[in-house]
Amino acid sequence: MSASILAPLAALAKLETPDIDWAGLSPLLALSVGAVAVLLLGLFRARAVREVLVPALSFAVFVASIGLAIWQWDERGSLVGGALALDPLAMIGTIAVGASGAAAALLSIRSLAAREASHGEFHSLLLVTGAGMVLFLSAQNLVSSFLGLELLSIPLYVLAATELRRRRSLESGMKYLIIGSVGSATLLYGYALIFGATGHLDYEAIATAIREDGLSDDALLLGGIAMALVGLAFKASVAPFHQWTPDVYEGAPTSVTAFMATATKVAVLIAIVRLFDVALPGASGTWGPAVAVLAAIAMIVGNVGALGQGSVKRLLAYSSIAQAGYLLVGVVVATQLGAEAMVFYLLAYVVMSFACFAAVVAVEEETGTDDQQAFDGLGRRRPVVAVSLTLGLLGLAGVPATVGFVGKLRLVEAAFDNGYGWLALFLVIGSMISFAYYLRLVARMWLGGGQDAAVAATTADAAGDGEADRDGDADAALVGGGARAERDPDVATDGGDAVVVGGGRGPSTAVLVPGATDVATAIPDEVVPEPSSRPHVPAILVAAASAIAVVGLGVYPDPLMDTVGAVADALPDLF
Amino acid sequence: MLHLSILLWLPVVVGLLGLAAGRHARLVAVPGSLAILALSVAFLLDFDRDAGGLQRVTSDEWIGALGVDYSLATTGLNVWLLLLTTVGFAFAIVWSATQDRVQDDRPGAYYLLLGIGQTSVLGAFLAQDLLLFVGFFDLMLIPFFFLAIGWGDGERQQRVSAVLKMVVYTLVGSLLMLIAAVAAGVLATPQGGEISFALADIAERGVPEGSQGWIFACFAAAFLVKMPAFPIHGWVRDGYKSMSLPVLAVFSGVLSKVAAYGFIALALPLLPEGVVDLRLVVLVVAVISILYASVVAFTTTDIRLVLAYSSIAQLGFITIGALTLREDGAAGAILHSVNHGLVTLPAMLVVAILAARAGGSEDLRDMGGVAFRAPIFAALFIVVTYALLAMPGSANFAGEFYILRGAWEGVAPGFAIVASLGVVLASVYALRLFIRTTHNRVGPKVDSRELSPSELGLLAVPVLVIVALALQPDVVLRDTDRAAGAAAHAAAIADGRTGVRDEGASATTAAGGATAGGAAGAGTAAGAAGAGGIEIDPTTGLPIDPTTGMPVDPSSGMPVDPTTGAPTDDLPTDGAGR
Repeated sequence: MSASILAPLAALAKLETPDIDWAGLSPLLALSVGAVAVLLLGLFRARAVREVLVPALSFAVFVASIGLAIWQWDERGSLVGGALALDPLAMIGTIAVGASGAAAALLSIRSLAAREASHGEFHSLLLVTGAGMVLFLSAQNLVSSFLGLELLSIPLYVLAATELRRRRSLESGMKYLIIGSVGSATLLYGYALIFGATGHLDYEAIATAIREDGLSDDALLLGGIAMALVGLAFKASVAPFHQWTPDVYEGAPTSVTAFMATATKVAVLIAIVRLFDVALPGASGTWGPAVAVLAAIAMIVGNVGALGQGSVKRLLAYSSIAQAGYLLVGVVVATQLGAEAMVFYLLAYVVMSFACFAAVVAVEEETGTDDQQAFDGLGRRRPVVAVSLTLGLLGLAGVPATVGFVGKLRLVEAAFDNGYGWLALFLVIGSMISFAYYLRLVARMWLGGGQDAAVAATTADAAGDGEADRDGDADAALVGGGARAERDPDVATDGGDAVVVGGGRGPSTAVLVPGATDVATAIPDEVVPEPSSRPHVPAILVAAASAIAVVGLGVYPDPLMDTVGAVADALPDLF
Repeated sequence: MLHLSILLWLPVVVGLLGLAAGRHARLVAVPGSLAILALSVAFLLDFDRDAGGLQRVTSDEWIGALGVDYSLATTGLNVWLLLLTTVGFAFAIVWSATQDRVQDDRPGAYYLLLGIGQTSVLGAFLAQDLLLFVGFFDLMLIPFFFLAIGWGDGERQQRVSAVLKMVVYTLVGSLLMLIAAVAAGVLATPQGGEISFALADIAERGVPEGSQGWIFACFAAAFLVKMPAFPIHGWVRDGYKSMSLPVLAVFSGVLSKVAAYGFIALALPLLPEGVVDLRLVVLVVAVISILYASVVAFTTTDIRLVLAYSSIAQLGFITIGALTLREDGAAGAILHSVNHGLVTLPAMLVVAILAARAGGSEDLRDMGGVAFRAPIFAALFIVVTYALLAMPGSANFAGEFYILRGAWEGVAPGFAIVASLGVVLASVYALRLFIRTTHNRVGPKVDSRELSPSELGLLAVPVLVIVALALQPDVVLRDTDRAAGAAAHAAAIADGRTGVRDEGASATTAAGGATAGGAAGAGTAAGAAGAGGIEIDPTTGLPIDPTTGMPVDPSSGMPVDPTTGAPTDDLPTDGAGR
């Protein structure tokens, strides 16, 4: 009997398994193990455990992954038989994903999404997504790359829909699922063609094959590159493959949006750099112009699209499309300088985005909406939030003394350095347009002095704003907003919109979600997000910390510059 | 211990202290601004006019990976503009301190923003690194955006769009300049060389001739929007109407001068070929600005807009001076920048005083007869008016004279004659402003009363400064003209002027020949083109005679002392003959 069991085991033992560097793999492992632990912890019935310990553990796991990545900083090599890279690029990506995840965990405290989806599941999904991102951005093999992409995408589809009673949230999850799947499928097809053309899955081997067999004009390979590019552009929300972005960003819970906007971008762009600069540098003459055109389209479409947005989340979505365009400039030039510039700007983008999204969470908590009107007079109501959001937006716009300026400077320099001056021009034109919408939002927060247009408006406004000023009572601000809606036809549309959304939260959504009834019994009264008069302290902290980083790194960027300089080690084949 | 970083950052530090002081911010801001003013006077006194070149140099690496340095220095071109900046901001801060509107509404933030504005203007003047200059130049606008939004004049919703228009307009130019600056640095870097954006390095390495044209065009766009100049002045009306007057005083009086300074200190030495190729376009724009803005200034009835358009016209003169490629024109441009800044400060205060006496209206039709019971005000106002219209005897006259003389010789006599029409038109709008407000019948809403003590104090001080400068305009010119000549000379060489003028002198033939064709020069480095073929002495910024290895004065062709840049013999340099 024992022999019959042991025989297969003995055969297994003879299998040659790859040598695994557990230390190098530790950030990924921490995220995966953490996901399971959080899920189990979320099963406890005690409210305190679910609402405090679960987010705390999730936060701790993300921080731990950052710590482990720093610990492994000096290691160079590859993991699991060459499937994953262990290099500064991977470590920087892991740290950025960890930081985004930690911040998102903080932002989701008290969020409706975490309550409706139950805390354990929500944070577990967040951690799995993080693990998928780390896998994706360290992959140096087509198979592990695709594996990582799926691991990060599928939980994100679910996370986008976690506000189960809100039609917009469900819609966004559905939209993301469908369009994301198309992107994944295209990417997979592209990978298959690349494999078909070169006969290799490993990035280095692909590069060698292209170089030695002179494949840079091979139709099969170029077809594969084109499809892979399209698939990745879907994921990075690069125009013209961006249509899902505004809807999903607006519909998803804000903490999830923040995570999606930052960590996904980090993962996808680092994966793009790896694929194009490690596996395909030999064909850069072909894909360079194509990526450049995509970047230029993204900058223009994103910035122009953001101009007319009423919802701040939509505005940030369009802005993130433009930012993806800026980031691609660093890929296009296919130099070490370009890759460094891209990674620098990527980190800057993470920090700036969190300053913005955290502020949006804080405002949403108090007013129940992310409409631009909700930001009126924020400078008096919540100066810290307003200053953070202002600095975040100015950073995204690229004002000097913010990290965004240094980042853009670096991209422009990299572009000129390799003969892509025209693309730098697009970058600058995009920035010019972007000032119009960033500063309009900033102006809303700080507008003061002067006279008002109509006397009636003045009194009503003063009543609404005044109360809001004194005690920060969100209800007063809402009343003010309502009063304005009656006067101003422009605003009235927005008000009407809100009513429709409010109606959508009713029974009709329950039909859409089969499992909704269970949840409804668990949390009966929390269907509609109630404006809370309590400030969202974690969000304010995240916003303030990010804002300090935006200015600090803008004035003294050298430490971050030096860190990013190590990226060159990961891309030895580039100039 | 005089350190330029102290001067540069003190305004922000004072602003932060003011923010901490909350409602008592003015008790910090006013003494702070006066201390900064005193410090800049100290730097002016410390400036060694005989030594020339860069003084009090501070140089550190800022962003190593990008080749951007944190390097500051005083030069003959910027010492007086630094003083203008500190005077302007001190004036605005003291004026604001008398206003209830500021006192009641977040005064700490208000003074902090002014402090940031001051630091960025000072930084732009002091920067000896191209990207550092661009950074400060772009940053300059942001505090004024907030000041206009938070504490501006005019109806609230309209103001947002007005201010946005101004910011976007100005940024279009600034961001183009950012690209141009990066391009200049990258293209000037020789193959395999370490990239550097230091002004001296770029001037020495030389930007390739083919790229200088578009790079200069981008710089010119940024500067002309900022000034502003005629076809791109669309933001002026809205921008001026939406800022409060103390803020507007510095915005109009000081910030626009950074653009003039940019022409002289950056465009001329770094892009000589581009300047020579395209300066005619800019000069024509400047002349049209002068004529157009002057005409608008004497047709508009809004006194604030009279000043707005007058400043467009005056900056037209300054632009012409900067691009004459002559020492007298460039020095005149700097002198006139100082003059115009000093006149704008009290002029804005006059607008506020007049509006206060005309029931808040800033319309000429509501004014008249203010002098009736306010003789002291009228007397001070007439001094300001005379300075504005560049009455002979005022420093403004000296400035315009130098500019026009430079234009006569450096551009064309006919050009100078057309531009001088602007002087005539200036007297029309300035005198109209004075007469319609202070004389004539007493306006419908006018309540004539004498200046309050605080108004008197605020108005008298700049007027005294104007008078003092009128008596002794030479103090500015003495410090300025050497540096102005050095800045202009690379472009003058590129224009082929020295070669034409001093063909006999053997030292100049080499330099002149090298510039005229790029290939003709006997001693030029192989393959170098145009002005790039001439070696420039990094310390004095003068070209080096390839036969002797000594720097040469471009205007005379005589060898000069390499340490000071002064001629080694007593021959007067052409164009400095006063």
